[in-house]
Amino acid sequence: MSPLLDVKGLTKRFGGLTASADVAFEVNKGEIVGIIGPNGAGKSTLFDLITGFQPPDAGCVLLDGHDITGLRPDRISRLGVARTFQKLKPFPDLTVTENVIVGALARTSDMKAARARALESLAFVDLLEKRNHFARELSTGQRKRLELARALATSPRLVLMDEVTGGVDQRSIAALIALVVELKQRGLTIVMIEHNMQVIMGLADRILALHAGRPIAFGAPDEVRSDAAVVDAYLGSVDVAA
Amino acid sequence: MLKTALAERLWPRPPLWMSALGAAAIALLIVYPFVFTASFSHHLMILILLYALMAQSWNVVAGLSGQISLGQAIFFGIGAYSSSVLFAKYAITPWAGLLVGMLLSALAAIAIGVPTLRLRGHYFAIATLLIGSSVQIVFQRWDWVGAASGLYVPIERTAPFFYLQFHTSKVPYYYLALGAAAAGYLVVWKLRRSRLGFRLQALRDDPDAAASLGIAIARHKVLAFMISAAMMSVAGTFYAQYVLVLDPERLFSTEISIIVLLMSVLGGSGTLWGPAVGAAILVPLSEYSRIWFGGTGRTIDLIIYGILILLVCMWRPSGILSLLEERIRRRATMP
Repeated sequence: MSPLLDVKGLTKRFGGLTASADVAFEVNKGEIVGIIGPNGAGKSTLFDLITGFQPPDAGCVLLDGHDITGLRPDRISRLGVARTFQKLKPFPDLTVTENVIVGALARTSDMKAARARALESLAFVDLLEKRNHFARELSTGQRKRLELARALATSPRLVLMDEVTGGVDQRSIAALIALVVELKQRGLTIVMIEHNMQVIMGLADRILALHAGRPIAFGAPDEVRSDAAVVDAYLGSVDVAA
Repeated sequence: MLKTALAERLWPRPPLWMSALGAAAIALLIVYPFVFTASFSHHLMILILLYALMAQSWNVVAGLSGQISLGQAIFFGIGAYSSSVLFAKYAITPWAGLLVGMLLSALAAIAIGVPTLRLRGHYFAIATLLIGSSVQIVFQRWDWVGAASGLYVPIERTAPFFYLQFHTSKVPYYYLALGAAAAGYLVVWKLRRSRLGFRLQALRDDPDAAASLGIAIARHKVLAFMISAAMMSVAGTFYAQYVLVLDPERLFSTEISIIVLLMSVLGGSGTLWGPAVGAAILVPLSEYSRIWFGGTGRTIDLIIYGILILLVCMWRPSGILSLLEERIRRRATMP
């Protein structure tokens, strides 16, 4: 079986800085792949390269065997790839429901159906209570869930989540983890950038570790955790189990 | 809770007092020419209705899709010239000219929008401003359409509705303007509730997020600009038929482009009725200042505009009507 997402030799330079250097990994259907690395390791850039927000200088991205390298973001979205942004991007002057309706309209032009889909998606992330608020009125944690609901409303095959637990309080993190587990059970394929080691070690089937744009390890969480290069370059003196 | 949410109306109903006010306003608009019979009352209201349509046209491209156009006068002029030139040169009914004007304006919007709307930031605003001035110069030099002295629409006394000329009363013009404005507002009302309308508002709020949801940004911006241009063109055609004289200095003036912006911003850009409220405030202000202060009134109305915009920016930057509309969408007034 060919992987759902196959990334080969992806490279991106900004002037003298190499944000992404020959990154390669693949994601199988139904799998959760975690991406870790210190700040500036090129995690979000990698998402931008995969989803078409930045053109790569070299390398290619295959979705289900088809080359999607360099396509526009909207084309890639319509092929079934959804993403969230680390720097949240809600539509502030739309209500919460309207935000998610925009996502649902990717698959239907019927407003009633789109709204039903949007409300289901909001119920899934437990944000239904806020449905008639404007997005600008939400807290950071609520905005994260809104962005997830909006991405899921497009009925994607693959979701790229950029730090869904970042800046969220402990109790909400448990709820978000439960959501990700539920999505995996529904058969969704997930790539997630995650700073919280405990979270990612528990969730991911495989982990890609990046350092200064370079992939330094790719494998099962236990392997990556004990990988000498990862411990050395990324974790340093920090106790992983903490 | 999902059941409760699904059972809610897709579009919240405005509170009763708002509906009542709206119904009263519509009733008043229908009987207006017979309640206020003075010719000036008709003239004033014809201008308000046409400007309400023009301000709404700006609102489609700027309020809905977030692209500040400073060249709306281009399409106002194209609409005016299309119908007038076709009638003056070939005796073609202005109704056909109306459609030709809309088509030409939409094509002009493509020509201007495709290269400029792909850029972010203020390029579009600057480009439309400059192209607007250039188009005016072209029409002022173009002999075939009368160059700087413009064109008079030949007087035609037969078949008034076919030739859109009424020489005994302004009332027919009033109803034509009312019909044009009503059609424009109906289109925008439908648009705002459609997939296209949602997508435009999404890309206005955040183009990256919109793109990540499958929205082709550049194509949608151009589409909004085309709709806006066609609406502006309709106002141009009716205005030309009303004054029966084409003056490129006036039709293509930057002042028109700016005033429709001011009206929309004052009333509430992005709202449905904001542009109409803005027109209803600014048109009488301009007409009465001209009456009271004579020739110097032209500058005084701009001073008052400036003060009004300043006050709105201080107290309610999103315009007079934005609060009302947000209350409806938030359903805060519902039990």
